[in-house]
Amino acid sequence: MAFLSPNITAFAVEATEFPDLARRYRVNGVPKTVVDEEVEILGALPESAFVEQALARFTIDKP
Amino acid sequence: MPLISSSDQERLRESFAEMTRPVRLLFFTQTLDCETCLQTRQILDELPPLSDWITIEEVNLILEGDTAKAYGIDRAPAIAITYQDNESIFDTRIRFLGAPAGYEFISLIQAVLLAGGRPPQLSIESRARLAAVDKPVTMQVFTTPT
Repeated sequence: MAFLSPNITAFAVEATEFPDLARRYRVNGVPKTVVDEEVEILGALPESAFVEQALARFTIDKP
Repeated sequence: MPLISSSDQERLRESFAEMTRPVRLLFFTQTLDCETCLQTRQILDELPPLSDWITIEEVNLILEGDTAKAYGIDRAPAIAITYQDNESIFDTRIRFLGAPAGYEFISLIQAVLLAGGRPPQLSIESRARLAAVDKPVTMQVFTTPT
């Protein structure tokens, strides 16, 4: 997603190495995705659902 | 003793053979208080021998703070993936925080292949959604090595 959108930066964070980040984002299970500190996705989803959930708040509605 | 087994090295060599442009991994490190910086460096050092397209550049988080800031990196170990196309350097905006061991290693390799010219796999629908993102968004995916 980051590769295809100049507006997206993506971090893969190793939770056990950075417990401060894991605490801050309440990571109790993995994978957990946090988008701009607003959207949280727990677990792995199919691509279309993942992209939709991750970006719903950040896209202008387009048909 | 290499960290990547010889059979995995062979598989990686085959995957990297499809690369069509140079990929540079920026490795952000610090001397003190970084338990996994050495391990990360060891993992990364095993990649360039598998492909002429891959290089590693070490960036000191403290001494080269401006570079770290430009890539949005404030802790170590971290990796930022860039590639070269027509003499210009491009940032993939893909970052790894922590040692790329276990599953993270597979993700790292996928990111290197993408940077190296492999076509992105996302659907047309997903690409349309991505194209509609009109302000900077940061995504963090938390994982564990196992």
